Amino acid sequence: MSVRQLNLMVLPMMLTATLASAAAADERAAAQVLAGPCAGCHGPDGHSPGAIPSIAGLPEAELLARMTGFRDGTADATVMTRLMKGYDEAQIATLAHWFAEVGQ
Amino acid sequence: MIISRRGILGGVAALGALAMPGLVRAQAAAAHVVVVGGGFGGATAARYLRRLNPGMRITLIEPTQRFATCPFSNLYLGGLREWDSITHGYDDLRAAGVEVIHDLAQDIDGAARRVVLAGGDVLDYDRLVLSPGIDFRWNAIEGYDEAAAELVPHAWRAGPQTQLLKSQLEAMEDGGLFVMSITDGAFRCPPGPYERASMVAHYLTTHKPKSKILLLDSKENFSKQALFQQGWAALYGNMIEWISLADDGQVVAIDAANRTAETNFGTTHRADVLNVVPPQKAGWIAERAGVTDATGWVPVRGGSFESEQVPHIHVVGDATIAAPMPKSGFCANAQAKVAAAAISAELAGRDTPPASFANTCYSLVGVDWGISVAGVYRAEDDSIVEVEGAGGVSPIDANAAFRKAEAAYGAGWYAAISADIWGRG
Ligand SMILES: Cc1cc2nc3c(=O)[nH]c(=O)nc-3n(C[C@H](O)[C@H](O)[C@H](O)COP(=O)(O)OP(=O)(O)OC[C@H]3O[C@@H](n4cnc5c(N)ncnc54)[C@H](O)[C@@H]3O)c2cc1C
Ligand code: HEC
Repeated sequence: MSVRQLNLMVLPMMLTATLASAAAADERAAAQVLAGPCAGCHGPDGHSPGAIPSIAGLPEAELLARMTGFRDGTADATVMTRLMKGYDEAQIATLAHWFAEVGQ
Repeated sequence: MIISRRGILGGVAALGALAMPGLVRAQAAAAHVVVVGGGFGGATAARYLRRLNPGMRITLIEPTQRFATCPFSNLYLGGLREWDSITHGYDDLRAAGVEVIHDLAQDIDGAARRVVLAGGDVLDYDRLVLSPGIDFRWNAIEGYDEAAAELVPHAWRAGPQTQLLKSQLEAMEDGGLFVMSITDGAFRCPPGPYERASMVAHYLTTHKPKSKILLLDSKENFSKQALFQQGWAALYGNMIEWISLADDGQVVAIDAANRTAETNFGTTHRADVLNVVPPQKAGWIAERAGVTDATGWVPVRGGSFESEQVPHIHVVGDATIAAPMPKSGFCANAQAKVAAAAISAELAGRDTPPASFANTCYSLVGVDWGISVAGVYRAEDDSIVEVEGAGGVSPIDANAAFRKAEAAYGAGWYAAISADIWGRG
């Protein structure tokens, strides 16, 4: 195989990989922005220094269940019930994934 | 298949980056971002820019060595907090790699992208973040100017003003009258005056129970009104009297030497301690930078908090026109993260991530009596919209355990947001 042929094969692969990693970077940035205001109460990356529970590194399924419960009003809370009504299912899934990973 | 506008633009931007990936990354790393103001918005922006861009040069300009927060300054007035516990330094931001300069930004040239410091230093920037907070419209209330504020404090920027008000409260005799004049229009912390009234009532009930509190308001109603009034009646009887605009609450003139406040209809109230929450505008440096409009505040694009008037300048916090978001420390922190993400994406040649914000203002009515108001916000094109059906105030019929939990969570909020902004500093 000539160098030219190799290039013809490798370049599109690189292109696809770069596009994929650019998309991943965009997704990551979006998740980080979505999670931004949570730190205002739950502490940096969800590590709470005070009375509000830490959420960093909790199992993803548990985070998902807690947040969905707040949103649907099936879980008791002081403020999370009001806040979670502002997030749809996809956003809650993104947040659950984010805080499950970020604390590890 | 649905192709979003974002998707296509994302592809194009990614292709652009692909053509010169090394170059774009080098640009982001070599960029210099200057942040003016080390309060809620500015210190957050510096920290999050640093996290998002490990190689980037980030300089924070803030005159004070230790920042005193307005949040919880009312608790200090109430005797529930020590002064040191509401101040924060910049060592932790320095340790994170932010260059902190304790100086005042004196002028900003948006065309040359240059900041001139009072000490004479000149800084060139690729992007500028401004979070200068508020300034006061001196003499908008006749007789209330900077000199008058040394006798009759506003204590609406925390620091010596707060300590002056506290010493006046301590010097007041039992049976004295505390009067607060409250502005209308856009102002920092809509529930702040009423939390202050609550904390002054707590202090007076504990130490000077024969005293009274009179609130002279330029508004017809106020933030979390039903919740505050419920708490006041339960905890302080009729110590606090609130006078609305219609009932002649609007103060039009202050005589600082005699501690009197004159209302619109000509009533004169003589106070033993007089506190004025005056009309406000964006911090003066915003005007120097050319980012304010005729309102005295800063119009911004909601998706990035970039100035509508001057490119490469992002403005966050109280200085901005961000309604329906209120002017709160929580919002300043949330906006700064969106601005930091937008700047980082732009310098790296990526799409701006979709903006998302939240706010919660906790207020302490009594030691075990906390209340809150919350909201969730998104940017649609460049305006900010509140997500319908979300947020709102604490339930009016909540029991004592709920109020106590919110008092504890309020303290938890303060600890969390302080750690998020100043770290262990
Ligand atoms: C009594 C009271 C209680 C409050 N309680 C709460 C609360 O419980 N929760 C809440 O969320 N919010 C609360 N707030 C509101 C909160 O204080 C503000 O919304 C918040 O401080 C806004 O952040 P900012 O960055 O815009 O301004 P600031 O935090 O005021 O920071 C501005 C900084 O810029 C610096 N600066 C100004 N000009 C220059 C210059 N030319 N060069 C360099 N530096 C400069 C200043 O020194 C200052 O440090 C309260 C406010 C008050 C008055
Ligand atoms: C205003 C402060 C505040 C904000 C902002 C906030 N939370 Fe919470 N959160 C709380 C409090 C307080 C609780 C305890 C439940 C309650 O009373 O609401 C809680 C509980 C939780 C729990 C359950 C934890 C457990 O161990 O049971 C999760 C999960 C959670 N929050 C996720 C989030 C996410 C994700 C965000 C950001 C979108 C967020 N929170 C924003 C205050 C806040």
